[in-house]
Amino acid sequence: MGEKVTLRVWRGDAGQGELVDFQVEANEGEVILDVLHRLQATQAGDLAVRWNCKAGKCGSCSMEINGQPRLACMTRMSVFEPGQPVTLTPLRTFPVIRDLVTDVSFNYVKARQIPSFTPDPAVGLGEFRMQQVDVQRSQEFRKCIECFLCQNVCHVIRDHADNERAFAGPRFLMRVAELEMHPADEADRRDIAQDDFGLGLCNITKCCTEVCPENIKITDNALIPMKERVAGRKYDPLVWLGSKIGRRPRPAGTAAVPGTRGDSGSAGEQQG
Amino acid sequence: MTQVTAAPARTRAQIAERTLRKDPWWRVPAVTATLLTIWVAYATVRVFMGHWYYVPQYHYLTPFYSPCINGECVPGSASLGTWLPALPPIIPYALVSLPFILGFRLSCYYYRRAYYRSFWQAPTACAVREPHATYSGETRFPLIMQNLHRYFFWITVAVSVLNTYDLIQAFHGKTGGVGLGLGTLIMLVNVVLLWGYTLGCHSCRHITGGRLKNFSKHPVRYWAWTRVSWLNARHMQFAWTTLGTLMLTDLYIALLAAGVFSDPRIFN
Amino acid sequence: MTDDIERLSYDVVVVGAGGSGLRAAIEARLAGKRTAVISKSLFGKAHTVMAEGGCAAAMGNMNPRDNWQVHFRDTMRGGKFLNNWRMAELHAKEAPDRVWELEAWGALFDRTKDGKISQRNFGGHEYPRLAHVGDRTGLEMIRTLQQKVVALQQEDAAEHGDPEAMIKVFAETTITRLVKDGAGRIAGAFGYFRDSGRLVLFEAPAVILATGGIGKTFKVTSNSWEYTGDGHALALLAGAKLMNMEFVQFHPTHMVWPLSVRGLLVTESVRGDGGVLRNSEGKRFMFGYVPDVFRDQHAETEEEADRWYDDPDHNRRPPELLPRDEVARAINAEAKAGRGSPHGGVFLDIASRLPADEILRRLPSMYHQFKELADVDITKEPMEVGPAQHYVMGGVEVEPDTGAASVPGLFAAGEVSGGMHGSNRLGGNSLSDLLVFGRRAGMGAVQYLAGLTDRPAVSAAEITAAQGEVVAPLERQGGENPYAVHTELQQTMSDLVGIIRREDEIKTALAELEKLRARAANVSAEGGKGYNPGWHLALDLRNIMVIAECVAQAALTRQESRGGHTRDDFPAMSSQWRKVNLICSLDGDQVGLTQQPMAPIREDLLALFDRAELAKYLTDEELPAAVAAEEKH
Repeated sequence: MGEKVTLRVWRGDAGQGELVDFQVEANEGEVILDVLHRLQATQAGDLAVRWNCKAGKCGSCSMEINGQPRLACMTRMSVFEPGQPVTLTPLRTFPVIRDLVTDVSFNYVKARQIPSFTPDPAVGLGEFRMQQVDVQRSQEFRKCIECFLCQNVCHVIRDHADNERAFAGPRFLMRVAELEMHPADEADRRDIAQDDFGLGLCNITKCCTEVCPENIKITDNALIPMKERVAGRKYDPLVWLGSKIGRRPRPAGTAAVPGTRGDSGSAGEQQG
Repeated sequence: MTQVTAAPARTRAQIAERTLRKDPWWRVPAVTATLLTIWVAYATVRVFMGHWYYVPQYHYLTPFYSPCINGECVPGSASLGTWLPALPPIIPYALVSLPFILGFRLSCYYYRRAYYRSFWQAPTACAVREPHATYSGETRFPLIMQNLHRYFFWITVAVSVLNTYDLIQAFHGKTGGVGLGLGTLIMLVNVVLLWGYTLGCHSCRHITGGRLKNFSKHPVRYWAWTRVSWLNARHMQFAWTTLGTLMLTDLYIALLAAGVFSDPRIFN
Repeated sequence: MTDDIERLSYDVVVVGAGGSGLRAAIEARLAGKRTAVISKSLFGKAHTVMAEGGCAAAMGNMNPRDNWQVHFRDTMRGGKFLNNWRMAELHAKEAPDRVWELEAWGALFDRTKDGKISQRNFGGHEYPRLAHVGDRTGLEMIRTLQQKVVALQQEDAAEHGDPEAMIKVFAETTITRLVKDGAGRIAGAFGYFRDSGRLVLFEAPAVILATGGIGKTFKVTSNSWEYTGDGHALALLAGAKLMNMEFVQFHPTHMVWPLSVRGLLVTESVRGDGGVLRNSEGKRFMFGYVPDVFRDQHAETEEEADRWYDDPDHNRRPPELLPRDEVARAINAEAKAGRGSPHGGVFLDIASRLPADEILRRLPSMYHQFKELADVDITKEPMEVGPAQHYVMGGVEVEPDTGAASVPGLFAAGEVSGGMHGSNRLGGNSLSDLLVFGRRAGMGAVQYLAGLTDRPAVSAAEITAAQGEVVAPLERQGGENPYAVHTELQQTMSDLVGIIRREDEIKTALAELEKLRARAANVSAEGGKGYNPGWHLALDLRNIMVIAECVAQAALTRQESRGGHTRDDFPAMSSQWRKVNLICSLDGDQVGLTQQPMAPIREDLLALFDRAELAKYLTDEELPAAVAAEEKH
């Protein structure tokens, strides 16, 4: 039978709470979520934990384990030093609902602001022709399971809540990159990536990539290529000069979706 | 809110600790800061030294002095000629290349991460609260200038060509003609790695193919992009090893030029 | 306890936010109906994300000979002819359009050389037919549908100034009762928000159930916590009927070690891409388990089987690609005979069949799953796998074309509905089922609304009853621990109504269930209403209990072995039983079971098979006269 481990779990709601110690049995090969389930079944039936597939595919059980943002279902007990307590806290960047469960609605609001896939309307059902090499880049980003660990760890909002409005976060900047690289998409989201979604706030310190359970190279393959595309559009003096002397007229970029900010007078609605 | 049941305004969990990480998260930024400081100190001393940068016997020129354009440059070291009168080394002898190389490295996506984390502490490490009260990222002057990375890249390509020229010069025997010494090999390794660093740059990746929507319509650029991407995945490694090889190459040439030891020759 | 109940009014309420729920909601919204989507978990987390292999649709991109008739045939064979043939027909015909639709909404499937959607081989499918994205097709599908919902909300934001004006997703919300008006029509759905515990009534004349399956009735399952048979139970409680609940699919390959990941799915694509099953003696044992009905299509030697991957037109398929029920039973038999792997499964070997980089490219999430959770490198060593509960073929009895259940205003689509897959579902037919019938249920609801002259009114008494039921476990003191009751129920079902069944064991199970039912009625939950998993489980128990009884009773009644129902004491398939659907209904709190004859298969569909094959399934009287006459020539 298994050993006892000490789980030090943050319990509370409305922001107020404390770390509570529990002694729970843990068996060979188990992950944090197994032990949390045992804790629920035997000692704390009302312990709030969000989970779903327990297979690393849905991205529900995001929490901070010994201070590291991780999925509880993919964190094996064997990675911890025996005898040491394991500290479990809710994601720090999002408002806490109760115990280890946070309100991640911020992310769904952001998702709604990004102009959706915009194909050529003339292409009929079944008529898309795309090569594997052309879809591969966006496919990497579509591996995202929306666990929001990258959103949680990103210091731009984690340490500076005042940036929440101006910054979409790595997951959704990656969504912009995904659409920009989609071979059948025709919108141009470069201006709004910078102006509405705060790409300029990203200082590419790569914590998003470090915590990604899907091992998506968010920074190198999505954010930096997006910064380069934005630089080409907005900060390239030669391109600017070209547009001024009329050699290469600059088409207007696609505007952020109006009415999705949840407040009026947003940058998104003034642009366009 | 995705739900109409707007519960009373929720707040984040109030946890006083700066971080609950138990691993030595401070180690990487501390080591990074130390190594970068040592390197910058060394490079500063060397750049303003004005001595021991050229070994005339074998045509070894340290990359810190290439191109040497000051009137003070010792004969043979000024491959592009001297454009300035003889000035003291308070004006670096490689005035036309060093600022751009510095700019290239300063605006490099990898180094940005390294110094933002280790010096500026934004953030020091992941999930560790940073010390700043406000944060504007790269949205304002001067950091908005990081967007000019691609121009530094182009200039650095030119400097890398020059470094390659210096390397070819370094295949010089002491009796004239072709020769090969340990110094040549060190310069060779340095130049190869410098190219690896330069061509693996994120801007280069964008320029070669990253900016395309359809790779399949540009097979050659796609091929180039895959090569650059290979280098780019190792950009951090190249960034550090080239710092090492730059320092080593310079130090080696300095010690040779100062006559501390002589260059072991493989032939001539 | 007097609670304010939040009242919200919609045209259509879709319970469930997986593939079929979202597809139904999109259809309703496209028809201009105000639509609410109720999601038990967060938006985009539904169990559909777990689907790995792909979405079956006869697009014919890999083999031009594929078409809807071939797909229909495969589906009927896989389901051992117990399928609702009309559903199988609609499914086979409409699946390609539904896949292409996803593409138009931004999905990025893997591609063929000429830029079309690539399709892969799968058990029971004659041609490569599964549109896929590596081994995360379900994620691609749910994300695409999620993003389509967002796209529609963006249109609404531009038009109405409110993105949620026409379609709104209620995340982490559970429905506990469907409410009806005096005339017995659906009038709404009652439930609670999981985060706050606040009660809510959705007033709507049409409710579409899209709640998925019943996995949490069993101990070892690949299903997530949400799969507590909610839709099945809601339908029963509202007076609708379930059909063929005895057919539970035990998918053959799941991880068996370490214990904590027992039941984690190992995609069938591993076998579709060349993986083979071996026992502890290293033998490819599946060659010994090809049943008569499938003998003609399957290879008899390893050499022929191996040639098939490159030349499917001139060789027969490897027996590893038999339908899931056959493979699951074979693995079960090998392990029981002592030829299993150390942890009670068998070996699935891809390492010796494909180069490492190819495995990584085709099966990335399998690689990570084994690497991270079991320290097994599947590019170097074989996996240990065994069967686990995966899917339920039985479900709400619906009209094939509209998804309408017998209660006016109630619709069902996806796993919660029954009929489509007969006694056994083919891999890849689930994702396409979700899309085809999700859309049809959406259309069905819209049609129903068009025929309504008045809006059904909710009766106050029903609301009071529903409210009392929800708060009861919180108010009850010192009752049973819901977790303990649930664990025992799962153990009972797995042990006694599992993959192989016997009359005496099922009877024992029914007796156990009777006792458990009394205990389940007496569970209490500690804590308050805010995000309280113990309370939520206490409420889900009601659904799990009633579904377990339906499954056990149907399993006891059907005296034959067919697809996902294997009786040790009746090992043969019976053409008499093929004509029978077992219908489960609820009378008060008593589960009742009746036998209902199947409608005869339409003649033009029967003509797609040759008589010799039909004779293996159908009774002599059912065999078509025309075909019979043809035979004589």
